[in-house]
Amino acid sequence: MGRAGLDAHLPRVRTPVFISPRPGKDPASTLAFLMAIGHDSSPFRIGRRLEPGRASNHSGWRVMCGIVGLYLKNEALQPRIGELVTPMLDRMGDRGPDSAGLAIYRDEVPADSIKLTLRRLSDELDWSDVDTALTKRFAGDVPLRENGSYAVVVVTGTEQAVVDYLAEAYPSVRIMSAGRKIEIFKEAGRPEAISKKFGFDGLYGSHAIGHTRMATESAVTTDGSHPFSTGMDLCLVHNGSLSNYFALRENLQRQGIEFRTENDSEVAAGYLMWRMREGDSLRAALESALADLDGFYTFAIGTANGFAVLRDPIACKPAVMVETDDYVAMASEYRSLADLPGIEAAQQWEPEPGLVYSWGDD
Amino acid sequence: MSADSVRALNQRLHDLTEASADSTWRIAQPRGAHAIACGMRVAADIVIDGHAGYYCAGMNQLARITVNGNVGVGVAENMMSGVVRVKGQASQSAGATAHGGLLVIEGDAAARCGISLKGGNIVVGGSAGHMTGFLSQAGNIVICGDAREALGDSLYETHIYVRGRAEGLGADCMEKDLRDEHREDLAGLLEQAEIDADPATFRRYGSARTLYTYKADNAEVAAQ
Repeated sequence: MGRAGLDAHLPRVRTPVFISPRPGKDPASTLAFLMAIGHDSSPFRIGRRLEPGRASNHSGWRVMCGIVGLYLKNEALQPRIGELVTPMLDRMGDRGPDSAGLAIYRDEVPADSIKLTLRRLSDELDWSDVDTALTKRFAGDVPLRENGSYAVVVVTGTEQAVVDYLAEAYPSVRIMSAGRKIEIFKEAGRPEAISKKFGFDGLYGSHAIGHTRMATESAVTTDGSHPFSTGMDLCLVHNGSLSNYFALRENLQRQGIEFRTENDSEVAAGYLMWRMREGDSLRAALESALADLDGFYTFAIGTANGFAVLRDPIACKPAVMVETDDYVAMASEYRSLADLPGIEAAQQWEPEPGLVYSWGDD
Repeated sequence: MSADSVRALNQRLHDLTEASADSTWRIAQPRGAHAIACGMRVAADIVIDGHAGYYCAGMNQLARITVNGNVGVGVAENMMSGVVRVKGQASQSAGATAHGGLLVIEGDAAARCGISLKGGNIVVGGSAGHMTGFLSQAGNIVICGDAREALGDSLYETHIYVRGRAEGLGADCMEKDLRDEHREDLAGLLEQAEIDADPATFRRYGSARTLYTYKADNAEVAAQ
């Protein structure tokens, strides 16, 4: 049919006809969909207006963040993981200029010990005081490792005992992660500056998960930054937005999962923690998430030995994955991965919607 | 090519005239940069050696653009004319809102291929993701492999041809007879796309025309 013929069929109204009631379809869901994919077909301007000069898509409206993950299969690359993952993270700065963070997995501590990443809310606090007090209260051979407002400490004892002690003795210290391998560093600010400040490029480790944030669901603060960790060695980064997280959070709180922020992504992390506490593998927990989480998401998830990626069934949020004999890597966009070694010959694909991809921790 | 030279690169391409466009332009090491070779207005031959990022060859007029690699979101979006050929895979929304021209994806296309297509032609050598042809209005979408669920959701008058299996049809999309004139159209498209496939092995899908017909019941909603 020619264009004239087509035009004759189209009603002469400015508002696109697809918002007319559609059998079995809620017009609002079509709108939400079009908003989420940031498509120009949508005449509706709901969502966050981007300031001039900020990262935007062609229509200037989009919920955006950048996520990256690097899981090494070849141990020989472990000393270089920081050098490999930092450019990946920095290049996603355009997608998330508000804050950035990285979770790194390394230096596993014995089963009777726990490794904590701590953040001080006031620069007046001296980390060496905290170190002395923790060593006195809990045995621990490994000295506290300081990194600006952050410190990594290893103590003998249970997580709860340390949490209770710190809350009492050092209320201005926040626990950012707890586990046997995980360390998390995150802060509000430009991603490149944060990478530099923490020295991400010098890190070694087995796998790393990173995030650059364009805030939508909660304030631009360090607490609202990713990765989110809600339990031992688990962390999650998220590009997207969840719509049923209020109800989910209430249910999870009843299950004893604690939340520190108003953020939707923290609820997703808490959900996975709950499933795994109930005995699910990471893969099984993510398969349950497909049924229980409502919204738009691409997740990258780290556990002590595992790495996983999941996109929601509508798959509005981008993700690219590559795999070689040496590593598995994922990022929101290919340009983040462009300088990885052997990338030209790597197997490359976009994760299928609603399909769990996992390595190391089935 | 470094990431911050896309603007300079595109400016050089935009400065081409009909007379100076007779040689082939090669773009090396695109490294996934966005918006490469957007807004061409002359019949130049452009070859991109490597993977390109979002909106590659967007708004193309007349140019023949080949990508020896994969492309990100929205390749050849709003193309008006010319030919864009992707040797690898294409991400979401390939050929979105294209008014004319031919987009060939030799590998697979991800979700929403040909979303809101307004008259261009898209030929996918492999399979296409979910909601391919969503809201598409005119032109043709040819899928030599399979189509994922919700094919042709809410489409208007685009013709969709699928050789493999359509996992599911979207709202108001239905299978239709593949008549001689369709076989002829399809043969022409496959020939232009340089893809060897027998037109008789395809199924045709189109609009059942129950959604976009302007009904008095919908008048108030549509006028808001």
